[in-house]
Amino acid sequence: MKDPRLVKLGLGLAAPVLALLLAFLITSLVLVVAGDPVGEVWSTILGVPEERNIANILNNATVLYLSGLAVAVGFRMNLFNIGVDGQYRVAAFVAAVVAGEAWLPGAANTVLAILAAMLAGAAWAGIAGVLRARRGVSEVISTIMLNFIATGLVAYFLRRVAVREEGSNDIGTKEIPEGSRIPGFSIGDGPTEVYGFIFLAALAGFVYWFVLNRTRFGFDLRATGRSTTAAVASGISVTKMTVVAMLISGAVAGLVGLPLLFGDSYSYGSTFQSGLGFAGIAIALLGRNHPIGIAIGALLFAYLDEQSNPLQILVGVSPDIVAITQGVIVLTVVISYEVVRRYGVRLEQHAVARALEADRQEARA
Amino acid sequence: MRKTARFAAVAMAAALTLSACGSDDGADEGTDNGDAPAATSDVKVGMAYDVGGRGDQSFNDSAAAGLDQAVEEFGMEAQESEAEDGEAESAREERLRTFADAGYDPIIAVGFAYAASIAKVSEEYPDVNFAIIDDSSVEADNVASLVFAEEQGSFLVGAAAALKTETDQIGFVGGVETPLIQKFEAGYVAGAEAVNPDIEVDVTYLTQVPDFSGFADPAKGKTAAQGMFDNGADIVYHAAGGSGGGVFEAASESDNLAIGVDSDQYNTADPSVQDVILTSMLKNVNVAVYEYLSDVEAGDVPSGVTTYDLAVDGVGYSTSGGFVDDIVDQLDEFKQQIIDGEITVPTAP
Repeated sequence: MKDPRLVKLGLGLAAPVLALLLAFLITSLVLVVAGDPVGEVWSTILGVPEERNIANILNNATVLYLSGLAVAVGFRMNLFNIGVDGQYRVAAFVAAVVAGEAWLPGAANTVLAILAAMLAGAAWAGIAGVLRARRGVSEVISTIMLNFIATGLVAYFLRRVAVREEGSNDIGTKEIPEGSRIPGFSIGDGPTEVYGFIFLAALAGFVYWFVLNRTRFGFDLRATGRSTTAAVASGISVTKMTVVAMLISGAVAGLVGLPLLFGDSYSYGSTFQSGLGFAGIAIALLGRNHPIGIAIGALLFAYLDEQSNPLQILVGVSPDIVAITQGVIVLTVVISYEVVRRYGVRLEQHAVARALEADRQEARA
Repeated sequence: MRKTARFAAVAMAAALTLSACGSDDGADEGTDNGDAPAATSDVKVGMAYDVGGRGDQSFNDSAAAGLDQAVEEFGMEAQESEAEDGEAESAREERLRTFADAGYDPIIAVGFAYAASIAKVSEEYPDVNFAIIDDSSVEADNVASLVFAEEQGSFLVGAAAALKTETDQIGFVGGVETPLIQKFEAGYVAGAEAVNPDIEVDVTYLTQVPDFSGFADPAKGKTAAQGMFDNGADIVYHAAGGSGGGVFEAASESDNLAIGVDSDQYNTADPSVQDVILTSMLKNVNVAVYEYLSDVEAGDVPSGVTTYDLAVDGVGYSTSGGFVDDIVDQLDEFKQQIIDGEITVPTAP
């Protein structure tokens, strides 16, 4: 207890454990109030997932992880990029068109499409960055508005390039040729493959950590996020950092839809997954902008998402309970970290006061 | 130290709830067994709805009505599950697999969004029967496609609108601009022009994919219809699911008329707007679901494409309220011409 390193470790563990326990408690209360079978719900949620479910969880987590990273880049710079949702849809559409047209053969086509997606995402986010830097427009407002514009724009162009299968009411871009898809790998003999993109997502996480913590640029970015006045005083151009941070956030957002595109759907159509950008905000908060934390958050969310079908079909509980649990976890994490931080500060104050008191008595003696 | 005690208290409370949950388990299973109806059929139906699920007063509800009828009549066991907005493709697949693993057969997927997942999962479970509504792109021995000739029904209500309009200007409000809803538009416009080649038809869609909120936003429907009425239209047809309520409201407030969709909305819409509903384009999803299930019950599981068109009364128009009684003869003449193939209704605008 008295070893300060042990105390720090204990406090670090206390926050997430407290958060999960609280979330567990609150969700149980909601279940009781709703008259649902609490025990059955938890035994289903906490049950051991099957191989194919594990693959689904990893896949879903890959997508959520990239979304969380994109939001976290903005958070580190004190920018709230709500526009990841629009950015990834613009980017996924651009990548789907580029990859579908297949101007280059095989893997070169894939690389080109990924670069195009990052560029498109960066450009879309860059609009908000420039508006913020040059005109002082809050990025919260501009990115929300850009989400709407992205929806309309992509829908318009999708109708122009769309191909439609006979008998289907779904429209989509041309399918990506087989040679340009990113192969996945199987876990056991389940029917679902894990996206090969998971390794690129992990790489993105490493680059995020390295750039932010081991480069001068990362230091500048964090410094500007903490205090613009201090940043200006040390010779950092805040205007430039704002635009660059938005560009990077947008480029990462551009990757969000790509695991789905290259590993599952092979085209962008009316059933392409939406709303991933908003999930990213919750996950960045949950992971406290740390690359490992975001990974844990993404896995947790993906794990809960995977329970939604069994809960409905096997237990007969509304899938909204999953959304409630996710929301509660975000809240309890934010709150418990604050509670534990304050408790830590209090502990330190006591320790310092005691030390001072001891010193004073020694001096008196 | 007080804080530590508080943490401990929270932890204790959580632990207590946990153990309480454990004891809940047995009791609940008991009541579940008690709830089960006296089954006369050993068919277990898995029903996978689209976003909105049962209670959307539209497409999903119509499918649910067919299921309810079959459950009541044959004593089938049924379990339902609905899609969530913005879910992953894998979630749809997983929904079908969870049903299949739990022994549900047949499994009915409501909506074209399930096309890709039905194609995949039907291959993994060759012994389980699947049905999909609004899609005929999947070809497999264990898949039945239930599709509708929405354009034919829409043609008739378009003709009705053209016969009833006093301003020679009518409107169409689509929920989401997808090929499916464009079929409604195409038929409606063709029907109106068959009566009056010079008629003006205003067309608007509430949202674009992948934003499917246009099927569930009455406020958007109201604004769109209001704009059309202000612009001189006097009858507006909606193919916008739950947003249609707003279209009826706008018609009621401006003393104009509206046309319902999917079910006979004269009977299902809010009574205060009943008298503005000229007619409804009937898309009998309930009939399709019921007929499919009764075939399954009889041991003759259908597969392949079944098209519900005017000839089999899979689509049509409603006469509740008596507003179209005077033009029924003309509409039925069009109907016969379509059935006979004298009129071919376009499926795309």
